[in-house]
Amino acid sequence: MEIRPIFSSLLRHHRVPSILIMLEIALACAVLCNAMFMTFERLTDINLPNAIDESGISIINIQGADPTKVNDDIPRNLSALRELPGVKAVSVTNTVPVSRDGEYTAFSTKPGQDVNDKSNVITAEYLIAANGEKALGLQLTQGRFFNEDEYAAGKLVGSFMPQGHAIIITRSLAERMWHGQSVLGKVLYFGNQFSYTVVGVVENVLRPSRGGGGDDAIYYSSFLPIAPSDSSLQYYVVRSDPNDRQRIMRDGKEALARLSPGAVIDGQSFTDMRSEFFDDNRSLVWMLLLVCAVMVAVTAVGIVGLTNFWVGQRRKHIGVRRALGATRWHILHYFQTENFILSSAGVALGMGLAYGINMYLMQHYEMTRMPWLFLPGGAIALWVTGQLAVLGPALRASFVPPVSAIRST
Amino acid sequence: MFVYYVELALRSLTRNKVVTVLMIMTLALGIGASIATLTLFNLLSGDPIPEKSGKLFYPQIDPRMTQADGDEIPNLMTYTDAMNLLRANRAERQVVTALTWTKVKQNAAESHPFFTAALMTTTDFFPMFDTPFRYGGGWSRVDEERREPVVVIGDQLNEKLFKGDNSVGQVLRIGDHDFRIVGVLKPWSLQPRFYTSLLGSRNYGDGTSMFLPLFTARADLMSPVSVNCFDASADTTKLESAGCLWLGFWAELPSESAVKDYKAFLNNYVREQIALGRMRRSTFELRDVMQWLRYIHVVPDNVRVQTGLAFGFLLICIVNTVGLLLSKCLRRSQEIGVRRALGASRKAIFAQFMVEASIIGVAGGVLGLVFAELGVWGIRHQPAEYAKLAHLDLGMFAFTFVMALVASLLAGIVPAWRASVLAPSLQLKST
Repeated sequence: MEIRPIFSSLLRHHRVPSILIMLEIALACAVLCNAMFMTFERLTDINLPNAIDESGISIINIQGADPTKVNDDIPRNLSALRELPGVKAVSVTNTVPVSRDGEYTAFSTKPGQDVNDKSNVITAEYLIAANGEKALGLQLTQGRFFNEDEYAAGKLVGSFMPQGHAIIITRSLAERMWHGQSVLGKVLYFGNQFSYTVVGVVENVLRPSRGGGGDDAIYYSSFLPIAPSDSSLQYYVVRSDPNDRQRIMRDGKEALARLSPGAVIDGQSFTDMRSEFFDDNRSLVWMLLLVCAVMVAVTAVGIVGLTNFWVGQRRKHIGVRRALGATRWHILHYFQTENFILSSAGVALGMGLAYGINMYLMQHYEMTRMPWLFLPGGAIALWVTGQLAVLGPALRASFVPPVSAIRST
Repeated sequence: MFVYYVELALRSLTRNKVVTVLMIMTLALGIGASIATLTLFNLLSGDPIPEKSGKLFYPQIDPRMTQADGDEIPNLMTYTDAMNLLRANRAERQVVTALTWTKVKQNAAESHPFFTAALMTTTDFFPMFDTPFRYGGGWSRVDEERREPVVVIGDQLNEKLFKGDNSVGQVLRIGDHDFRIVGVLKPWSLQPRFYTSLLGSRNYGDGTSMFLPLFTARADLMSPVSVNCFDASADTTKLESAGCLWLGFWAELPSESAVKDYKAFLNNYVREQIALGRMRRSTFELRDVMQWLRYIHVVPDNVRVQTGLAFGFLLICIVNTVGLLLSKCLRRSQEIGVRRALGASRKAIFAQFMVEASIIGVAGGVLGLVFAELGVWGIRHQPAEYAKLAHLDLGMFAFTFVMALVASLLAGIVPAWRASVLAPSLQLKST
């Protein structure tokens, strides 16, 4: 197919409609690339891996129990939950991932470092009582879990930080703190007062809430052993078979309510908690997909409209070509090629625009750089849209009989 | 002439129904999406307290000994600083704020306890934020100094516990102590609830359910939701003396000169503290409500992105409408040729096509309103704290039509211009 005649026809006779189609495709491409990228980012977020037994964990939260009786209450509550049939492991913690209720510490690898120093790494602090690793289903990649002595030594004395010297950190935090080095036996410091030796590394666990600090920051979590004697331990983590969760939560809540009549007790499966945490992202994904779909449809309608008009305008011209021996295929290809040229120009402009929008968003919002693959992705989507949209009018054109050449419209 | 153009336009629009419907649909979709997201954006970025937002100020100072001058100043205050500013009494009114999460129970034996967020604050809160009282009033300075166990409750809590009756004088079990209700508010929920921003609560939605005198609540060991300690050795059981940030502070400054004086006072205060060795940085901030809301980015990024996206979409819809209008009007070259030949001026042709575009605009506006309502309905069913607040008001209603008309006129310019410059003779001949 000769491209040159198409070009000259577009440039000479159809400048305004050509520019419009180009512009439409460019704008659609620019918005589509960015919208797809945002969708992709939110979906990645929603599906962030979290190395605990997500589908087997139920969380029973107890608030407002008498703080003076906590030394008796916690062991009693733990054993009440442990006795429920089907329970595999039970522990109690200060918080759980994606609970939006977190405590954070600025850790440093240097002793005596000022706690406000920018080089410190803000780390979520999970205080876990004995069996916490089993109840959560933490996956050890290096070292060991805490021993009984370490659990017994963990006490909060007027601080958010426990006494004791053992800590387990996530793989991402280990990487962030001691890039590439062996981490077992290394020490994390919080000011002058607190130091913790890394005894184990676990696969990545999410923090209680989001927060800045780069892509991996959501995985900067640490686990510290604690004795079951502090009123800040309000999250009972119960692990069971996924099918037993409903029953265990109901019976567990009842059991705890009987034991602490004045307290307020809530229960939620971890899966529900996680789903709630990402609700806003999920609704944004739907909205983005809807806008993308409608936008592509609108662009297609625009192309159909303009091409249809073109075909109508050029009936005579088509008739002449047909009379001179062009086949239907030739006519069909003519319009397809024409659309392809316009789409290509639009897409080229659109990719530049998409890149610009991404740069702007990066500067003004918490947006990351769009991987370049999204540019050709958007381009291909619009090429296909263009070709599909032009198919109808082009087919109509190909059925114009040669006799139109000699008929006045 | 105008009526004639309208008649011509209607005739032309009904001639090619599919294209007309497509144009109206396209425009309406763009308008609908933009209006729905703009409604939400306006709602979230609005002024929560228009009559006073320019008079309420939020001072920030930095008590950390190690921070560099370029760093951001903390958003919350230490107890020491907050008390110093409160006692200095240099503003018309000043209040200290913190949120706590506390257990509440009615005195009846069979009632169940529940947890709620309560604002721990000081006497001036109620006059400063113009809280409307249904029954009773705020607590007095004397109550405050005596650590009286008194509480002001919001309308919703009063509905829930007392079915809306006058509950002043009733006693509530809050935490582990009895508190006497001294005041009940009318429905009062500022959007955004700027006075609890960064204290650990949501920014939008229902109003605060309970207000407690800070000193009484702290004497009962109620702890703030959000605590940020900058001192590794801070004893978090003694927050009043610890190096921890946990209090918000608002000052009412009714005039320019009051603001100037207060800035001078803050400047002096900071220098004094530096001299005492309690601080290192002399920089401070004093922002009014709207500046403060912008500073803390109260409008969620998701909402900004949605709004931007909707306007991008509207632009695409407009370009699309231009294309469809153009194809429609160029198809009528002969008609234009005839009209021109019969004496219509270029201006007249231009006007005719602009009228046609504006009719599409009005139709697009009507349908756009339907789409906007649909969009707002969608927003209301989002799982967000602000979801329930979204509704189209009269202003937005009118704005929809303005926007549709402007969009359609913009879309109409190129086609109308193209139509008006067609040479009449050529169009007549070509057939």
